[in-house]
Amino acid sequence: MNYVQTSPEPQLAPTPVRSPRGFGTLINGGANLLATLVLVAALEQALPHLMAWAVTHGVWQGSAGTCRHAGACWLFLREKAPFILFGIYPETQMWRPIAVVTVLAALTLWTMPRAHWTRWTLGAWGAGLMLVLVLMAGGIAGLAPVPVSSWGGLPVTLLLTVLSLALGFPLGLALALGRRSPLPLIRYGATGFVEVLRGVPVVTLLFAASFLAPLLFPETVRLENLTRALGVFTLVSAAYLCEVLRGGLQGVAHGQWESAQALGLRYRDVLLVVILPQAIRKVLPPLTSTIIVVIKNTSLVVVVGLFDLVSAGRVVLNDPAWPMPYAETYLMVALVYFVICYGVACYSRHLEKSLAESRR
Amino acid sequence: MTHTRAFLALACAVVGGALLSACSDGPTAAASGPTLAEVRARGYVRCGAGKDTTGFSAPDGHGRWLGLDVDTCRAIAVAALGDRDKARFVPLTGQQRITALLTGEIDVLPRTTTWTLQRDAGGINFTIPNYYDYTAFMTGAASGAKTLRDLDGATVCVQTGSLTEIVFADVARRNHITLHPVIFDNVQSTRQAFLAGRCDALATDQSALVALRAMKPGQRFTIIPASDDIAPLTPAVRHGDDQWFDIVKYAIEAMIVAEHLGINRTNVEAMSSSRDPVIRRFLGVEPGNGRALGLRDDFAYQIVRQVGNYAEVYDDNLGARSGLNIPRGPNRLRRDGGLMLSIGFY
Amino acid sequence: MQRSKPSRDMLRWWLPQALFALVFMAFIAVMVGMVEHNLSVRGMALDFGFLGSTARFPLSETIVPYSPSATFARALLAGLGNTVVLALVVIVLSTLLGVPLALARRSGHPLAGGVACSFIDAVRNTPLVVQLLFWYGVLTVGLPPPGKSLQPIPGIFLNDRGLYLTSFGITGTALPLLLVAVGGLVAVAVLAWRGRLHQASLVTLATVIAAAVLWVSLGLGVAPDVPHLDRYNFIGGWSFTPEFAAVVVGSVLYASGFVAEIIRAGIAAVPCGQWDACRAMGLSDRQSLRLVIVPQALRVMVPPMTSQFASILKNSTLALLVGYPDLNSVANTTMNHTGHALECVVLVAFVYLILAAAISLGMGLLERRSARWAR
Repeated sequence: MNYVQTSPEPQLAPTPVRSPRGFGTLINGGANLLATLVLVAALEQALPHLMAWAVTHGVWQGSAGTCRHAGACWLFLREKAPFILFGIYPETQMWRPIAVVTVLAALTLWTMPRAHWTRWTLGAWGAGLMLVLVLMAGGIAGLAPVPVSSWGGLPVTLLLTVLSLALGFPLGLALALGRRSPLPLIRYGATGFVEVLRGVPVVTLLFAASFLAPLLFPETVRLENLTRALGVFTLVSAAYLCEVLRGGLQGVAHGQWESAQALGLRYRDVLLVVILPQAIRKVLPPLTSTIIVVIKNTSLVVVVGLFDLVSAGRVVLNDPAWPMPYAETYLMVALVYFVICYGVACYSRHLEKSLAESRR
Repeated sequence: MTHTRAFLALACAVVGGALLSACSDGPTAAASGPTLAEVRARGYVRCGAGKDTTGFSAPDGHGRWLGLDVDTCRAIAVAALGDRDKARFVPLTGQQRITALLTGEIDVLPRTTTWTLQRDAGGINFTIPNYYDYTAFMTGAASGAKTLRDLDGATVCVQTGSLTEIVFADVARRNHITLHPVIFDNVQSTRQAFLAGRCDALATDQSALVALRAMKPGQRFTIIPASDDIAPLTPAVRHGDDQWFDIVKYAIEAMIVAEHLGINRTNVEAMSSSRDPVIRRFLGVEPGNGRALGLRDDFAYQIVRQVGNYAEVYDDNLGARSGLNIPRGPNRLRRDGGLMLSIGFY
Repeated sequence: MQRSKPSRDMLRWWLPQALFALVFMAFIAVMVGMVEHNLSVRGMALDFGFLGSTARFPLSETIVPYSPSATFARALLAGLGNTVVLALVVIVLSTLLGVPLALARRSGHPLAGGVACSFIDAVRNTPLVVQLLFWYGVLTVGLPPPGKSLQPIPGIFLNDRGLYLTSFGITGTALPLLLVAVGGLVAVAVLAWRGRLHQASLVTLATVIAAAVLWVSLGLGVAPDVPHLDRYNFIGGWSFTPEFAAVVVGSVLYASGFVAEIIRAGIAAVPCGQWDACRAMGLSDRQSLRLVIVPQALRVMVPPMTSQFASILKNSTLALLVGYPDLNSVANTTMNHTGHALECVVLVAFVYLILAAAISLGMGLLERRSARWAR
């Protein structure tokens, strides 16, 4: 008989409750004061410079020459924004990438309220993705064909994100189930696959794909640079999603499986209707951070010569007429990513709260 | 149950979409035959291009591809398909370009690639040079450096994946000077680092240095040749398709010969009625040359009409009309003291 | 019925696995066949022999000595050295920065909390690529040329060529001192690892005293090596290039945001009751933190920290963008000059897998040791 617990304590999810005697008390009066003083001093030093650079001496209009020996060259961004956002897409067809971004944004916004989580929305996404690809590629319905190598900027970033998540999710779920399988061979297979994809840097995988894809397929199949990158991101997202979903599946009590099966449901229905919703609810925070990781990862295509946001930003900096306003350009690119990623994070926080409330 | 079906619907839609994106440019038929057949079946020529080698290949602010290498590719498209617009450009980094050609992602690599033994032996064939260049260092005139020895101790920005990288190391060893390299993966970063003052000198092809100097009229730079070795920038094709090798070679040659014969865009029409047998053969008025290559007999005529002769193409992209104003130098015709040979269209 | 059940179970056990094995092996066979076919069609061959050829290309900075006349293998080794050093530096610094960030965010201090919170949100929600390029711009475009170096403290120079520090060399025969110092360090490390912290501190003290005695008796002195401006660059002293600095600054700031969140979650995971219990036992705040809270929080933090450190390792491949020659970028250059892409990719992927495994092994060891320290 054991009176001593020998197994490790189960790891509990972090409780959002702040400990009443946390570190706040450790930084007592003196330290608090010191922190305030130091921070205020630092801000007082930095803010005037920043203001002078961005606002007082910032250039909003004029010509390239106005930007020399001045503060922030916002004018440059005004001139170059179309190229940064849409890359080398033919200028006369510029409405198409704009429409693509609009469609994707509208679909995302539409999907946000929980009341809209229906199969119609799912169908709308499918149709929307088709529409978006048709819009980008053209060649039908009177649209001029635009080769994939001319796609660029924000649409590429968004397409890579959405498609790699959508394609990666089923694969990730299969891998998660594989890793939890009682059958050792399948478990080892899934584990090996996931660990290799998680262990090797994405940059290396992207390079590998651009060199190896032509070797792995018959000569009749030739993949575009973008398609190869999409393949890599799909596999990587699948590996990340697998780990998150595995955690979620682990958290669903085994009784759920048994009782659902006792009700006579088939395996597929048990999984999709009973288990998965509970599992996803449990892993919402890590799921969000995975999505954010996937969004940020798309910026890595800069190493294989695709014109995404970052790459386009780097190209416009090369314009010799301007005094290389790198800080402004990268701040703008960073801002675009930030809006998307932070939006996702905020939405997930909101979702978590509303789910917690609805469960009560 | 509804979830299941909805889920399946999404999966199908997305997979379909992905396939569409893969197919839009598509799995295309077959390197089973020679490249020409494949190009004709596909309807366009795929060329490797640089994103940022101004004067050779770079998209302008409106997404149009411009440059000497771009026009070379257009000439090849005219030869193979009869239309200068049936060329597509695949932007490649310096590191990707050779592999892209080897693996069949592109049909021809006209992307400021220097003809070297190691590359030639490694699965690709160089056709004929479309530009003769040499490696050089560019430094701010303020540094006062005039010779290589003056650069002792300097920091030099170099691009990786280029021959410059190797020439750079050789120059330091040969002249017993210390050079501190700062190496980047692409042209933009290398150039930006130099202009930002990270390096005392920038090492790359002389043409690129001249182009950069022309773009910065406010600043004064000195260009110092790294050695007297010439670097022939040569469009390359894969091993194993001699017909395609010939087509690319004679598409380039057509522009050079046209200049030699005094045929240009404006007079090509009139020249067709010339009595000169050489011109008549060249323009395909007397048939035979095109057929020997598996092309239409008027391919050279079309190249001159749609793209231009070498002098015109040079002027458009590197010479007076481009704003870069790079002197022809070794890229003049043989009869003018340069290295460009006009090989007979006999 | 009784007899058929186990055999049905056997079937359900073996059939899927056998099918899986079959499909897997068929897949591998097709892949291998395809690669072989494609390689032979293109006249390429799988051959690691190129590693022994002369590399010919320069590398801008290496920890492992390297010159263009060395072999490709040596170049890759130099790249590996840079990757390892970079990853270690970023791991240590981002952990050190993550702790105060986490504490500031948890503190009730509105200003400190606000600053920490917005910093963490900003770095976590923008790609590292953009941050690295931004910092590299700041360090090259933003800083003055060597002739107009900033000199915040005498002997320290900051310009667009890097950070130059005065180094100190020991004059005289310092070998005995070196031996004593190394011996002492090893002993301290071993003792600390075994959990004998008291003995370790005694040995530290003894080593310092012995070193001081040796210093005086050997008549050693210190010669500063102040960097000075040559024709183009500063020479002498210690230096850090802007490339290294940018990739370190960018990666550390980026990673510290994630580390801070892990630490915060780790602390939050310790139930409030633990603090109450400590107080009931009469422990001071410091004691309860050291003996009760931190060990428990650490145990929660180890798994996410392990994957964070692994992603620091993987993110080090972005050094390529700012011109720092890590393993991945050297491998790319090698591929480009030799055409042996497949070999390089396999080699590099394998090395990163080993490094990732080493990190999780190391963290596992640390976890077990930290459990012992906590006792």
